[in-house]
Amino acid sequence: MNDEQKQRVRGRVLQGDGMCRRRLLQQGLFGAAGLVLGERMCAAARGAAAEPKGKAKSVIQIWMWGGPSHLDTFDPKPEAGNAYCGPLINPIKTNVDGIMVGELLPLLAKQADKYSIIRSMTHGINAHETASYMVQTGRKPGDGQVYPSVGAVVSLFKGYDAGYKGLIPPYVVLTTPQGRFSEAGFLGSKYKPFATGGDPAKNPFVVEGVVAEGVSEQRQKDRREFMHKLDTLGGAVKGDEELAAFGRCEQQAYDLILGDAGKVFNLSGEKDELRDQYGRTTFGQACLAARRLVERGVPYVTINYKGWDTHKQHFTAMRRNLPMLDKGMATLLEDLSGRGLLDTTIVWWGGEFGRTPKVQWEAPWNGGRGHYGKVFSTVVAGGGFKGGRVVGASDATGENVKERPVYPVDLIASMYELLGIDTNAKLPHPQGLSVRAVPSEADGVQSGGRLTEIM
Amino acid sequence: MSRVLSIGAVLLLIFVCGASGSQGLVRPYEGRAVGAASGRIDKLVFERLDKLGIAPANICSDAVFVRRAYLDVIGTLPSAKDVRDFLADKNAGKRKALIDRLLEREEFADYWSMKWGDLLRVKAEFPINLWPNGVQAYHHWIRSSIEENMAYDRFVREMLTSSGSNFRVPAVNFYCATQSREPAVLAQAVALTFMGERAEKWDSKRLSGMAGFFAQIGYKSTAEWKEVIVGFDPNSSAIEAVFPDGVKPRIEAETDPRRVFADWLISEGNPWFARNIVNRVWSWLLGRGIIHEPDDIRPDNPPVNEQLLKYLEKELVGHHYDLKHIFRLILNSQTYQLSSIPTTEKSEAEANFAHYGLRRIEAEVLIDALNQITGTSEKYSSAVPEPFTFIPQDYRSIALADGSITSSFLEMFGRPPRDTGLESERNNKPSAAQRLHMLNSSHIQRKIERGWKLRSLLRSNRPPKQVINELYLTILSRFPTAEEAGAVDEYFGSGGKNRQQAAVDLAWALINSAEFVYRH
Repeated sequence: MNDEQKQRVRGRVLQGDGMCRRRLLQQGLFGAAGLVLGERMCAAARGAAAEPKGKAKSVIQIWMWGGPSHLDTFDPKPEAGNAYCGPLINPIKTNVDGIMVGELLPLLAKQADKYSIIRSMTHGINAHETASYMVQTGRKPGDGQVYPSVGAVVSLFKGYDAGYKGLIPPYVVLTTPQGRFSEAGFLGSKYKPFATGGDPAKNPFVVEGVVAEGVSEQRQKDRREFMHKLDTLGGAVKGDEELAAFGRCEQQAYDLILGDAGKVFNLSGEKDELRDQYGRTTFGQACLAARRLVERGVPYVTINYKGWDTHKQHFTAMRRNLPMLDKGMATLLEDLSGRGLLDTTIVWWGGEFGRTPKVQWEAPWNGGRGHYGKVFSTVVAGGGFKGGRVVGASDATGENVKERPVYPVDLIASMYELLGIDTNAKLPHPQGLSVRAVPSEADGVQSGGRLTEIM
Repeated sequence: MSRVLSIGAVLLLIFVCGASGSQGLVRPYEGRAVGAASGRIDKLVFERLDKLGIAPANICSDAVFVRRAYLDVIGTLPSAKDVRDFLADKNAGKRKALIDRLLEREEFADYWSMKWGDLLRVKAEFPINLWPNGVQAYHHWIRSSIEENMAYDRFVREMLTSSGSNFRVPAVNFYCATQSREPAVLAQAVALTFMGERAEKWDSKRLSGMAGFFAQIGYKSTAEWKEVIVGFDPNSSAIEAVFPDGVKPRIEAETDPRRVFADWLISEGNPWFARNIVNRVWSWLLGRGIIHEPDDIRPDNPPVNEQLLKYLEKELVGHHYDLKHIFRLILNSQTYQLSSIPTTEKSEAEANFAHYGLRRIEAEVLIDALNQITGTSEKYSSAVPEPFTFIPQDYRSIALADGSITSSFLEMFGRPPRDTGLESERNNKPSAAQRLHMLNSSHIQRKIERGWKLRSLLRSNRPPKQVINELYLTILSRFPTAEEAGAVDEYFGSGGKNRQQAAVDLAWALINSAEFVYRH
């Protein structure tokens, strides 16, 4: 830590103290209980300011909607034979001794020193919606609350409320929302992700609202002024809070449309070779856009990558899709690392579950794989997660957890820790219920403990 | 005594109006000054305002009224023809006649089924999991009940006491459309929906007493996918049932406790039943409850106007729980027809209904209005169950049965997730993302540039003035003012724009105005 940084930290502590004293004085009015509580809150705030634990600043979540097969990607089982592996029976070595991955991931094999594979993820749920909810909130549904997902929680603790000042919203989805999944839960629409729409592989990448096709900057300005001239109601109703908010939102919108912030989506400024390396596919270019977003400080980016619910023609789909994944994700890791961004960016790859290890050769599947929540794989890299490791293991056929079960909440709590988010922090609840950022075993959540072995 | 008071109020009103006079009318939004309070609603509201020293706003213009009534009563923007016809009508009773016509439109049933769908959590998927067949049956029953104007007491009684298959006796879905089937959760849903109370704030004894009425509900699945038979299960273990007012009923062993509860709730003297619904109807039409929030009734959240609430309750009970009667009373009042331009900055003004409150129109209503203006449509589909469900192209968003069938537009504009049944789930607050979408998205741009209705209007050989009038009538439901017409002329003539593009920009500017996006 250089002097300037030290000073900044010290400044923060001092400032924090001043604030705490003021708050204590105020709370003194409400009696001793308020005082004790206030003291504890201030102590927590001081702790956070004095020794920021996490060094991760952003998360890129590669969401494999549908549930990717663990056997064909990061947990190959060649010994289990054709009944389990189908034609994909020749896994390949990686640049880390002893770690093998599926044969359709040759580029990711060269980046294995950058990521860790969790081969013992488990929750046992086999329905898309419930499993997506479980994996992204850490909680089982059914207690009457809809909890926010990791993205919403990160945008709460690392977004505007925490001093993020970017015009790009703190939680971005490339390109469409997950659907059938409430990202924000009870936190409400303020914490929903901004979905870009459009296709980053096309030129221009038409981001809904930010980049319009065929409207020149001059026309944008002219018609905005025209709109203001015609605002008769706004002139008649003065001092209305609602209309004032409407006006502020317009200002923010134009800052994005006409200002520099929106240029983050202009991928044409990147070198052709790099764009080719990512792959000129929607997923490949989404990876590139994700890098540009975290480079500008956006705390949470989800790449919603569909097409992994392969009940039928599974292996045809793997041969088509895995090379795209391989190119995009391997280049992302390499590019982040080359720019020194991997240290502060968590890359989280995974879906809601894995797929049945035993291939369903019978009709009507004719070579498909079903939903499988009992054991599956997730990959994490960067932001403080070590690379070149394997956590846990599945059994010989990939059907059960053999050692070190990892539950969704374990991964989520580990990411929060790396991001410097207090896992005991209370989430703002519309009916005032006391809800912690991460549920505990007292909430009936199963846990195998945080991923300390790779942190 | 009360006569003296009201004469005083009238005199004061005359004085206030005399002071502002017709000179003080804000065009094009105001039509005339407020008249003497004739109906009970106006008397009670104006008396209260008088006490607070607040003058009510002027009465809204015909153009504002026609738009407001369409949006509030049927969730639908009037067409240019609807507006022209209404403005041209010389009949003095035309507002009353319009209200009567709107209450009979089929969109009335669509729009209010949407509202009830929010409160009753009509949704196929997580976390309610009513599943598509249940949703269709339930929505169809709700919509038919509204269409035939089923008395409100019967509507509620059927939901509370029915037994049978959720496909064949749709009202039983009330007990399926909650996040869990725990008696306390069901009791909370009943308290919220029909009493306007948030039972999670009650002490645990009161809640468990109420839960006793919902502890013996059986759920039996059948061979049919997601069908469930709901009813009284006398063999299940009972919990002691106590009414929320503390009275303990005697319930015979073979009696369905739900019936005992329904008899208690749906009775003339019950302090919650009528109060909850008339307060909600008021808040749906005026933008805020006499008790606010309308689903947060509790002793320490008193009504701003107790007598007004009492009057509406009495009217509902006296008219055999006919909700349309309450709609008519409110819609025909001067209070409802006040303009949205405040006479004062006092914060009590809006809470006491001194003017009509500005509110952004709901997500579904907004997208329907955009489609109507431009002649375009939305694509809705559902992936559950396979094979996928595709909603017909010209289907309106207010008529969507299933809260799980949605779009990013609806989500962005705050359509409620239908998880809890709270009114506040619907978020009508503006956001930067919404404005970006309206101002600059390909979705909206395509509608304006390529929708057949606008295109045929913009390409017609009509003189510019007619095109401009038609755009104003279609989008803002009124003619342009002289000032606006001047600004438009200037824009059309400036900078070598072609007429087509300038007209597109005009449509764009009007669609993005507060006047379009807000109820006013």
